[in-house]
This record gives sequence, structure tokens and C-alpha cells, in this order.
Amino acid sequence: MNGAQDLGGQMGFGPIELEENEPNFHAKWEERAFALTLAMGATGTWNIDTSRFARESLPPPVYLSSSYYKIWTLGLENLLVNHGLVSEEELRTGVSVTPAKPLNRVVKADEVAGILAKGGPVDRPQQQPARFKVGDRIRTKRMNPEHHTRLPRYARDTPGTIETVHGVHVFPDTNSRKLGEQPTWLYGVVFKGTDIWGDDSDPKLTVRLDLWEPYLDLA
Amino acid sequence: MSHDHDHDHSELSDVELRVRALETLLTDKGYIDPPALDALIETYETKVGPKNGAMVVAKAWTDPEYHARLMSDATAAIAELGFVGRQGEHMVAVENTPGTHNMVVCTLCSCYPWTVLGLPPVWYKSAPYRSRAVRDPRGVLSEFGVTLSDETEIKVWDSTAEVRYLVVPQRPAGTEGWDEAQLAALVSRDSMIGTGLALAPSERESAA
Repeated sequence: MNGAQDLGGQMGFGPIELEENEPNFHAKWEERAFALTLAMGATGTWNIDTSRFARESLPPPVYLSSSYYKIWTLGLENLLVNHGLVSEEELRTGVSVTPAKPLNRVVKADEVAGILAKGGPVDRPQQQPARFKVGDRIRTKRMNPEHHTRLPRYARDTPGTIETVHGVHVFPDTNSRKLGEQPTWLYGVVFKGTDIWGDDSDPKLTVRLDLWEPYLDLA
Repeated sequence: MSHDHDHDHSELSDVELRVRALETLLTDKGYIDPPALDALIETYETKVGPKNGAMVVAKAWTDPEYHARLMSDATAAIAELGFVGRQGEHMVAVENTPGTHNMVVCTLCSCYPWTVLGLPPVWYKSAPYRSRAVRDPRGVLSEFGVTLSDETEIKVWDSTAEVRYLVVPQRPAGTEGWDEAQLAALVSRDSMIGTGLALAPSERESAA
């Protein structure tokens, strides 16, 4: 979706704010928001693409004016309501008044190390041959889906070259909508800066994105 | 999800209350077990961080066979040092050379190689970096105090899928004969994102 999260190439955000010896968390609530998001993710009620979509669906003024862990908190609240795990009323009061829904799993402390070590690999067995090979000239699609996608606006309808064939990976555009993983070939694609930004681009710039086959056409 | 405000709240206190209410609610529902939250936080506060990545880089600088394995299958090579799992499932190492500089960003969210770098700093997740890294990397680098020759090619990697990138910076001059532990101390977090360079021996002394 063309939400506030799609930041590549936007202007006017000012200088990068650097902090010496920055801590992981700047307040206790950030620690809890981080851990709540991971723990609820590990229940298997939604997937990482669903949760990214929940965050990027925040209204642009909210997204752009919130700290990152606030974005995570608001995204998590929306996921909980959308999946019927809590009600709006319960969120507001913090008091549970409806029965809990059964979950696939509730993470215990002694399971954390194992869960993190296992991670969530998204490579899948190949079902059909790759459409493109290294060196192929492609053009990204012009597309503006309202659903989750991982082709940013700045790289749409742009010529590039296949540099890597990563394998078959879960397709976020369907997985985020609970339409299944629909694993699809993923490619490393290289773009010239001038093809993305025009003549003003740094002539020595190339930009690489990892893009799924449905985003690409042969040039 | 509106909040009724009958008095002034800072954003911090508002979100603080919200997160506290959320944890209470999810605990009451039985959806979470608070000690598991503590364990999650503890992991990233104490076990996972850029020291992991620095060990990988230092080993690649000193061990040509490891370097070859890292460049051909980074996930497996990094796993040799015990760094596996979440947000490091599909790793790729990209190497700086005298003529090429690599820089990593996630313009769409905050994708970052947790297994080797830990959790991302705020600037990495924020609009100024995410918006400009793909368009004006030299301008971004100058804010980090890094100036590259105009002839240097800049490769920017936008982490749009679940592949995570680790930059292998150039080994600083004057470190011949150094062992892995000494070298690892020169490998900063930013040098592995590509917004910095590995420290020179003199910088390390002045930092110590």
C-alpha cells in the first residue's frame, strides 16, 4: 500500500539524529512493547507480513509522528482487535470482560531461547522453474495495490537487472492477507541510480532490492 | 482507538499507560506469560548485539577460508560462530573494497540483521535515514562523518525481503599481525551497516 511507511526518496525529514552509545530501549515501556509484539507474534495468530501491514496501515500523520515502538504498540493493538482477541473497550480500560480466545501457543520463558534460535525461515521448496536468470534485463511493474506489498514506489516501473536468484520465498502480498504463502521466486535486482532518480542521481549509485517474480516483467 | 484526554499528557506518558494496560490485559487473558517477556528483553540486552557481527568480520579478515565461506553462504558461515535465528535466517555478506562501498537500509520498515547486529538504532528506523539512504547516500554518509572519493561506487541494499545484509568493511591499515579479538574491537556497528568505516588503530586508542 502507498502508506507512510514507503519512505524511500521522500524529502524534508531533516538530518539524521545520531546518539552516542545508544541503548536498545529508551524507556521501560519500549522494552515491554517490543516483547509484547514478539510474544504475540509467536502465538501464531498472524504472520510477520500481517503485522507489517498493521503498522503501515496507521494513518500517515500517526505513523510519521510516532516513535518506532509506539508504531509497534498501535499496530499490535489493531492486530489484537482485528483478530478478535480483545475488544476496543478492553483496550481502553485494560480490563478483560470477554472470554479469551484459544491460541495456538502461549510462549513460556524457557521456550524463548529455542523460539529465537529457530527463527522463521521463509524459503520453500521450488514448485516451478524460475522465470528469470542472472543477467536478465527486467522492468518492475507499475502497480499501486491497496494491500501489503514489498515493491516500494520509488522502484516501480523501473528497468533493472537480475543479479541474484535467492530461491523460492513466501510471498508477502498474499501471506499478509491470509491468502496463503504462495511461495514465489525471489531475486536480487540491481538498478542504476539514474534509472530510479533521473539525471540528478549520483552517477556512482546503484540500488539493490530483493523482489518477487510477480513484481517483474522481462524488459 | 481514541483516547479521552481530560488533562495534558505527554506522548510518553500516554503510550506508557497504553503499554501497561495492554500487558495487564493480555496477561489476564492468558495470551502472554510475563516472564517470557523478560526473557525476550534479556536476550537482546545481553546476548545479541554488534559484538557478534564484529567477530564474524574479524574472522573473515584473518581466515581466508572462512572469508570464502562467508561470501558464498553467509547464513551457514555465521552459524558456525553460533549466531542463528530470528532476523538472521537468510544472511548475505557484502564486502567493501577500495572502489566500492556498501550501505544497508530498509525503506519500508526496519529490517535489520538481528543475529549479528542486535536491535537497530533509532536512526535506522526513522524517516530521515530511510528516505535518503537510497537517493543520497553520500549526503547520508557525510552526516556520519564519512567522506568517500567521488570515484567510489556506492551500492545501497534496500532490505525489501527476508534477506538480511551484513557489510564487511575494509580492514584498516596498520593492523598486520593483529589477532581476531584485537581486530573485532575495530569493527563498529555502523561499519557493518555501511554508515561507517572500521576504526583505524589510532581511533581505537583515542576511543579507549
